[in-house]
Amino acid sequence: MEAAHNFKELSQQVIGFIYPNEIEIHWSILIVVYPYITGLVAGAFILASLVKVFNVKELQPTYRLALLTALAFLLIAPLPLQLHLGRPERSYEMFMTPNPASAMAMFGFVYLWYLMVVLLLEIWFEYRRDMIVWAGESTGLKKWTLKILSLFSTDISEKAVAFDKKTVKVITIIGIPSAFLLHGYVGFIFGSVKANPWWSSVMMPVVFLFSAIVSGIAIVMLLYMIIIPLRGGKIDMKCLDKTASFLFYAVIVDFSIEALDFIHRLYESEESIKILSQLVSTKLFMSLVILQILLGMILPLVVMASIKILKFQEDLRKLLYFVCALLIQLGIFSTRWNVVIGGQLFSKSFRGLTTYKMELMGIEGLLVALVVLILPFFILAVLLKLLPPWKKEELAEG
Amino acid sequence: MNRREFLKKGCLLASSSLLAGGLSGDGWTKTIFKDYDPAKHFYGMGIDINKCIGCGRCMQACKTENDVPAEPYFFRTWVERYLIRTDKSVTVRTISLTRDDPAEFSVEKEMLRSFFVPKLCNQCDHPPCVQVCPVIATFKTPDGVTLVDEKRCIGCRYCIQACPYGARYLHPVTRVADKCTFCYHRLVKGLLPVCVEVCPKQARLFGDMKSFASPLGRFTRIHKMHVLKPSLNTDPKVYYANLDGEVN
Repeated sequence: MEAAHNFKELSQQVIGFIYPNEIEIHWSILIVVYPYITGLVAGAFILASLVKVFNVKELQPTYRLALLTALAFLLIAPLPLQLHLGRPERSYEMFMTPNPASAMAMFGFVYLWYLMVVLLLEIWFEYRRDMIVWAGESTGLKKWTLKILSLFSTDISEKAVAFDKKTVKVITIIGIPSAFLLHGYVGFIFGSVKANPWWSSVMMPVVFLFSAIVSGIAIVMLLYMIIIPLRGGKIDMKCLDKTASFLFYAVIVDFSIEALDFIHRLYESEESIKILSQLVSTKLFMSLVILQILLGMILPLVVMASIKILKFQEDLRKLLYFVCALLIQLGIFSTRWNVVIGGQLFSKSFRGLTTYKMELMGIEGLLVALVVLILPFFILAVLLKLLPPWKKEELAEG
Repeated sequence: MNRREFLKKGCLLASSSLLAGGLSGDGWTKTIFKDYDPAKHFYGMGIDINKCIGCGRCMQACKTENDVPAEPYFFRTWVERYLIRTDKSVTVRTISLTRDDPAEFSVEKEMLRSFFVPKLCNQCDHPPCVQVCPVIATFKTPDGVTLVDEKRCIGCRYCIQACPYGARYLHPVTRVADKCTFCYHRLVKGLLPVCVEVCPKQARLFGDMKSFASPLGRFTRIHKMHVLKPSLNTDPKVYYANLDGEVN
C-alpha cells in the first residue's frame, strides 16, 4: 500500500510522541484553499458594499468588478471541499440528513443563501438595465445569452431602473451580515474544535473575517490594476488611493486582532503552550513568522504608511500598491495554511510534532489545488466579457 | 399496472427509501439486531494501569477481529509506554506489534517510573465527534456506544479533527472514518470486547454501568477513578485506575 509506505517515511520525521493514528494529516492543501477562496468572496463583497451602503463614491470603478470577482470565487468555493471528501459521491447527504448540531452541515445552506439570495440577486439587479440594452445591441449567441440572463425582462423605464437601484441597496444591506456569516462561519468550523488548542478560540471567526476583508480588497485592487490597462483604460488614482486606504486600515485591524490572540495565548500560557511554541519556532517559522507576519503584514503596512506620509508620485504609488497587494495575498494564503495545516502538525497528546508532505499529483495534491485556485480567474474572464464592469467612456476618463 | 397504481407504488417506494435514509441511531441498532434491546444496557470500560504489562495482545486481537488495516498507522486500540526519568523528562512510545525496536524494552538507570497505558475510543457521553458530524453518520447508541455508519459517512474527517484522543482514523480502503466500537457486534451477542477477552492480566474490564454487580461496577467501587482529559467535558466512559498525571 502506497499510503502505508508514505506513513513509514513520515513516521521517521516525527519529533517526540504522537498518537499512532495522527500520522496522517487529514485536512490537506485543498482545505487551505477553501477558506482562502471564501475569504476572497466575503472581502470582495465588503468592498462592493462600501460603494452602495456607505456611499464611498471614489470606489465606484471597483464596484462591479468586486461583485463579479466575488461570484467567480464563490462558484468554485465548494469544489475543494467536494474533491477532498473520502466519499465524494455521498456529499448530497449534507442536504438530505444534515446534523443541526454540526457547524459543517450548515455549509450548504450558508453557501446557497449567499449565492442565491445575495450575490446573484444583487448582480442581476445591478446589471438588469445594461443586459437589456446590450442584448438589443448585439446579435446571435451573445444576444440570447444576455436575454436569458436578464430573464427576458424588458422594462428599462426610469421607474424600473430606480427600483433596481433601491433593491441593490437593500440586498447589499442584507449582504454585509451574510458575508460576515459566510466567512465567520468558516472560522467557527475551526474555532469550535475544543480538542485542538491551536484552533479553539473565540477569536477565530473574527480573525477569519478581517483577514477575509484584507484579502478581498487586495485581490480586487490587483485585478483592477491588471484589467484596466489591458482594456486600454486609465487607472483612476483617486479610486486606487481610496482602496489602498481601506486596505491599510483593514490590515491594521487584522494585525491587531491577531496580535491580541498571540499575546493572550502567551500570557495565559495554558497546557498546550510548550508544544505550540515549538510548532511556531520550527515547523511554522517560515510560513508564520516570515511569510504571514513579516512579508504579509508588517512590510505592506510600512510601505502603505510611507505612501500616506511621503506622497510619492503616481507611477511609484501604483507599483508599490501592486507589490503590497501581492504580498498581502501571499500573507493571507499563509494565514490559511498556518491555521489549517499548522493545527494538524502537533499531536493532541501535546508531546510531539508531525510533518505534512504535500502530494504533487494526487487528488489532494498541489496541482489540483493550483487548478482550483486558477479556475475562478477563467470564470471571471468570461463574466467580464459578458458583463463588462466599465463603459467605454469610463475607461477613457480614468 | 395502470397509471394510478404506478403512481401509488412510486410514491410508496420514494417515501420508504427516504424513511430508511433518515433512520436515527436508535432505529439503526433495532433494525440490525432483532433480539437485542440497547435501552437495557449502558456500557463502559475499566482499565487498571498497574496490571497492564504492555504485551500488545489487545492491539493484535483488535486488528484481527475488526479488520483494522495491518499497518501500524491505523488502530482502534493501542498501548502507550510512558517512561519518566529522574529529571522529570517524559518519553512516550506506542508499543510496536512487530517488536522490532529493542529500545522499547530497555530499562534506563535514570528511570523514575514507567508504565503502560492502553488507549481506545473513550465512548464519551458528550462525544465531540457526534456533535460535528455533518451527516449524522456518527451517532450514539442508547447503550452508550458511539458508532460510525460506514454507509453514510462522507469522509470529511471533521470527527477525526474533533476527537481529543486520536481514536479515529480514515480507513484506507473504505475511505470513511473508523474507530473502536467496543466490539458492538460481539456485545449484542452477549460477548465481551475482544481486547478485554484476550488480556492475560485482566487489565481491561468491561461491563454494564447500570449493573451494581458487574465486574465494572466492582472495579469502580474499589479503585480511585480517573478519565482522560476531563477538562474537555467529554465525559469518557473508559475509566482508568492508577493513572499517572503525566498521561494525556
